[in-house]
Amino acid sequence: MKTIAEINERIKNRKAVVVTAEEIIDLVEEKGVKKAAQEVDVVTTGTFGPMCSSGMFINFGHPKPGIKMTRTWLNDVPAFSGLAAVDAYVGATEMSERQGMQYGGAHVIQDFIDGKDIRLYAESYGTDCYPRRDIRTTINKHNVNQAYLYNPRNCYQNYPAATNSSDKIMYTYMGTLLPGFGNVTYSTSGELSPLMNDPEYRTIGIGTRIFLGGTQGFVAWEGTQHDPGQARLENGTPVSSAGTLAVIGDAKKMSSRYIRAAIFDRYGVTLFVGIGIPIPMLDEDMLIKTAVRNRDIVTTLVDKSGREDLGIRLSYETLRSGWVDIKGRRVPTAPLSSLKIARDIASTLKDWIANGQFLLSEPVEKLPYRKERLNSLEIRGE
Amino acid sequence: MKTIKISIYYPVDKITVPLVSTLIKEFDLQVNILHADISLNKTGTLVADLAGDERNVDDALRYIEEQGIGYKLFNKQLIWHEELCVHCGACTAVCPSHALTMSHETWSLEFDKEKCLVCGLCTKACPLNVMSLQD
Ligand code: SF4
Ligand code: SF4
Repeated sequence: MKTIAEINERIKNRKAVVVTAEEIIDLVEEKGVKKAAQEVDVVTTGTFGPMCSSGMFINFGHPKPGIKMTRTWLNDVPAFSGLAAVDAYVGATEMSERQGMQYGGAHVIQDFIDGKDIRLYAESYGTDCYPRRDIRTTINKHNVNQAYLYNPRNCYQNYPAATNSSDKIMYTYMGTLLPGFGNVTYSTSGELSPLMNDPEYRTIGIGTRIFLGGTQGFVAWEGTQHDPGQARLENGTPVSSAGTLAVIGDAKKMSSRYIRAAIFDRYGVTLFVGIGIPIPMLDEDMLIKTAVRNRDIVTTLVDKSGREDLGIRLSYETLRSGWVDIKGRRVPTAPLSSLKIARDIASTLKDWIANGQFLLSEPVEKLPYRKERLNSLEIRGE
Repeated sequence: MKTIKISIYYPVDKITVPLVSTLIKEFDLQVNILHADISLNKTGTLVADLAGDERNVDDALRYIEEQGIGYKLFNKQLIWHEELCVHCGACTAVCPSHALTMSHETWSLEFDKEKCLVCGLCTKACPLNVMSLQD
């Protein structure tokens, strides 16, 4: 048994033993659970995939004379400004009014992180205290006040794999799905994924310090659509979409290596977000949880055409093999989230911790763990 | 020596023309078949690299035309801007010829130019827009 405070002492003294959630698998195989649990202090995880529910708050600073912005555009992408005078929120999936899907909120965020100038245009009705009625200027990360990503739903614990039984090609947020079960796509870093390594949210909670987009960020809240009541395997991992996180971090310190704008053909704009979460090895149970392998975790296969209820569960080992069997047919699989960059994140975070630059935090509050499932939106009369 | 990439379209009634063997025997060409979809009583397509003496290649193209068989040359090539690639793998979902695959070691994208049919599907399927067709 170790406490987070004890682990942090070891981190400060640069004595902490840190391994990634992939490395821990071999270590446990080699040394056994007991020995590995004594030796290892922290296991790092990582994920880098498209996460639509992301966006950035900005405070532009006040011009002279002042303006109470009511409608705001950044590089022709509408930003929400139904907030105080010069605050705005640009959502990742918002599309440019000139270029449509070719450029969106995610691109504004990436350009901002890259230090580029961004055109700001805002309108107002003018008030006694804020008389200006419009403003046209450029902003960048050096001349605005705060700019932070606040992503209401990132880091999905698990996500269904997608296929298409119809006779038409489908353009979806799960990529291009070829007709007649032409392919299967999936989006996870599996055994390296943060919430797969702490499936019952023992250590990851509100206030947890994390790697977000290349800098330190925090878990702010349960993510939207957080659904801990999903059915689970005996090892605690859910069989389909379950837990999610709302995360927050300083956009000015992020890097576009870990925050990238993306376009899913004929679907829309999204943002690839890089997240890594350290898991303290409090006891043997925690170690066993982080030693989970792709063959021990599964997801559900969904027919995006909605025609068939496939009822198929696939292990991530099978999905990673490149082929799956659907009704006796050999169907190729393709990932959508980058395991290569997820590994980069887990090992960067490992270095930060080993070098004493990143301390673990005790969650301020646990994430909810409840049985009730999600509501759906009913269409109701008056 | 000249190498071209060609897509050959067989009308239904020409499916039985022994084209590939003629190209090899009569025109002394090397034929590397990249993709073939040919069955009786249907139109067919064949994508291949043809290599040989420049005159023979030109004569072979004339011969194909004379048989009433259509063809299209690929003048473009696929450019992968590797430095901007995030190795997500979304492009591998649509590549018909397995020119794009994921390394199961490093999980990097691997591109085998030889197998590429220059179909352009990956240029749209790549969410990072790092694939393009160029002349
Ligand atoms: S889809 Fe684009 S970014 Fe992803 S692996 Fe293919 S080329 Fe790279
Ligand atoms: S153009 Fe792209 S999708 Fe088409 S064969 Fe070449 S690599 Fe594959």
